[in-house]
Amino acid sequence: MDVPVIELSGVVKSFGPVDVLKGVNLTAYAGKVTALVGDNGAGKSTLVKGLAGVQPFDAGEVRFAGEPVALHTPREASALGIEVVYQDLALCENLDIVQNMFLGREETAAGTLDEGVMERQASETLQSLSVRTVKSVRQKVSSLSGGQRQTVAIARSVLKKAKLVILDEPTAALGVAQTEQVLALVRRLAESGVAVIIISHNLVDVFKVADYISVLYLGNMVAQLETKDTNNNDVIGYITGVKTYEGSRA
Amino acid sequence: MTTTPATPPPTIGSGHEGSARDQISAYFRTVRQGEMGALPAIGGFVVLAILFSFLSSSFLTPLNLANLLTQSATLMTLAMALVFVILLGEIDLSAGVTSGVTAAIFVVLVHNFQVPWLLALAAAFAAGLAIGTFIGFFVARVGIPSFVVTLGLFLGFQGLQLVIIGTGGAYRIETPEIAAIMNKNLPIPVGWVLYGVAIALAVGIALWDRARRTRAGVANRPLILMWGRLVAIAIAGALFVAFMSIDRAASRGTLNGVEIPHDAIEGVPIVVPIAVGLLWIGTFVLDRTRYGRHLYAVGGNTEAARRAGIKVAAIRMSAFIVCSTLAVVAGLFDASRIGVVTASSGSQIVLSGVAAAVVGGVSLFGGRGRLVHAAIGALVIAVIANGLGLLGLPAGINFLVTGGVLILAATIDALSRKRAGGTLIR
Ligand SMILES: Nc1ncnc2c1ncn2[C@@H]1O[C@H](COP(=O)(O)OP(=O)(O)O)[C@@H](O)[C@H]1O
Ligand SMILES: [Mg+2]
Repeated sequence: MDVPVIELSGVVKSFGPVDVLKGVNLTAYAGKVTALVGDNGAGKSTLVKGLAGVQPFDAGEVRFAGEPVALHTPREASALGIEVVYQDLALCENLDIVQNMFLGREETAAGTLDEGVMERQASETLQSLSVRTVKSVRQKVSSLSGGQRQTVAIARSVLKKAKLVILDEPTAALGVAQTEQVLALVRRLAESGVAVIIISHNLVDVFKVADYISVLYLGNMVAQLETKDTNNNDVIGYITGVKTYEGSRA
Repeated sequence: MTTTPATPPPTIGSGHEGSARDQISAYFRTVRQGEMGALPAIGGFVVLAILFSFLSSSFLTPLNLANLLTQSATLMTLAMALVFVILLGEIDLSAGVTSGVTAAIFVVLVHNFQVPWLLALAAAFAAGLAIGTFIGFFVARVGIPSFVVTLGLFLGFQGLQLVIIGTGGAYRIETPEIAAIMNKNLPIPVGWVLYGVAIALAVGIALWDRARRTRAGVANRPLILMWGRLVAIAIAGALFVAFMSIDRAASRGTLNGVEIPHDAIEGVPIVVPIAVGLLWIGTFVLDRTRYGRHLYAVGGNTEAARRAGIKVAAIRMSAFIVCSTLAVVAGLFDASRIGVVTASSGSQIVLSGVAAAVVGGVSLFGGRGRLVHAAIGALVIAVIANGLGLLGLPAGINFLVTGGVLILAATIDALSRKRAGGTLIR
């Protein structure tokens, strides 16, 4: 197997006396979707915040493309090509799609915003992801549906040439049709060569989209499974702590 | 001047495609969806102007139009200043007293300390800068709500101004350059030259925008829309300059069929190009620079802006600095028009400034609104005072009508958003 894009080993995070991550291992590969599942409070969000550099890990090793790296600030994570698509609070509703996709790294010419260049790149990125639900890249985000907003947030990470994209519950607030669209988008994102980590509570979605499933239980990674080798009941067993087998991908 | 793009244009649209008719109907669609912008305020202004011109024969005269502009310039500038902080969902209740205090600093330096007026002007602006930095520090770094910080300054600065000016004191503006802003007019040829420069600038920028879009290989709106807009601006501007070139002192009447001789009052008031210049520069910064984009982003969703790597605290600070600095300009305008600076200069105007912004269509929730909205809102409020004044109605009526217009404007905005299925917030 290839070198994983990201490889965590023995990652630890505590908040005062509370040990939230107790030596977690996790890998994600280029071109593959790795689902991160676990009950509420298992530590999924804490793990993601560590990867994003928002809440650095206390101890443990992080390797990016085989190289040991530090993830102490969002800037460091971003520079490596790690992008997180948060479930909420990710877009400015008063701005349009192009403005959101380029927020914080706008193209300029002669000191002024180069709207044409940004518009073109935004359209091309959406097209490369086969997005058909968006009519105009100059629509305000306030006029978009939940699924379209997720699409814009994901396209934003593609535009940034991310190598690892982490999606925190991208379908939690969506209806059936929109969930399908976003899941298809996640697949296309992986097929473009990006390593994708997706957090989800919905096992149906997970089995539809993921190549690997990693199960977090009370701060321990209790299972790292290949989707094709496992089933719904097994995964539920790991999530609820009924099963405690330490799996391996080998 | 069109170059063929290297690759065919993308198939996801940008709203620039289609005929002029498509474009116009698309515009009306966004209006129906609740994006009314300054339309209600413009409508209100037109209605009020028509009403007053029927009720008073002196309303639609060059003299009164010049008066209206000088009466509104201070409020307009203060409202534009406030837009920068209102866009962030913040408020600066001290903008009015800042204009008063800095005008007091200017006039006292010139009078009591014989400081050259340019140096005193620099001192006033430095004070404005310092005040903005002070507010920004407490809001953005310490984390105190701007309402509280600026309310504190609002109260404190009234005292400071009393100390600077002295109880019951009043300083006359004797600097001719400052007095000229509101009381002198551009020579007629200069007015036309400035008009020409402004039109050339507008045409140049419009063409530059098109060229840039063409080079990037994205769609452009039909040329006719661009020229239509520019010609409309050019005609409106020319009518205005021509109207202002009429001798406004001409209505002194005749004696035995012979015109009574008088000094001509003609030309565009000097304050007009200054105010238009500020509006233009501010709009350029907000619409066309990364800074402006980031300001809107922070106002729309602070957390998203932070995650996008925008330095939120720095943007916050800067908005208060811009606001206080523009407030200095408003203070000088006011001093120029009234001719004196007193201990209470500027203490009344700030809420009218907020009202002007809201009437013009700026959202107090942040993230939505433009400088021109504030300018139009200020014109609406000024035209109410001006028209009712001509009718000889008591000042109390003016406040009642202004308050009513404010609530009406906010209601129209809320209803149009609600009907479009949106929420009032954001
Ligand atoms: N900043 C914090 N301070 C203290 N405890 C925290 C903090 N963040 C998370 N926790 C705790 O860590 C545990 C895991 O939280 P989280 O990572 O959000 O779980 P998940 O996303 O899997 O539901 C929870 O028990 C939560 O209360
Ligand atoms: Mg969580």
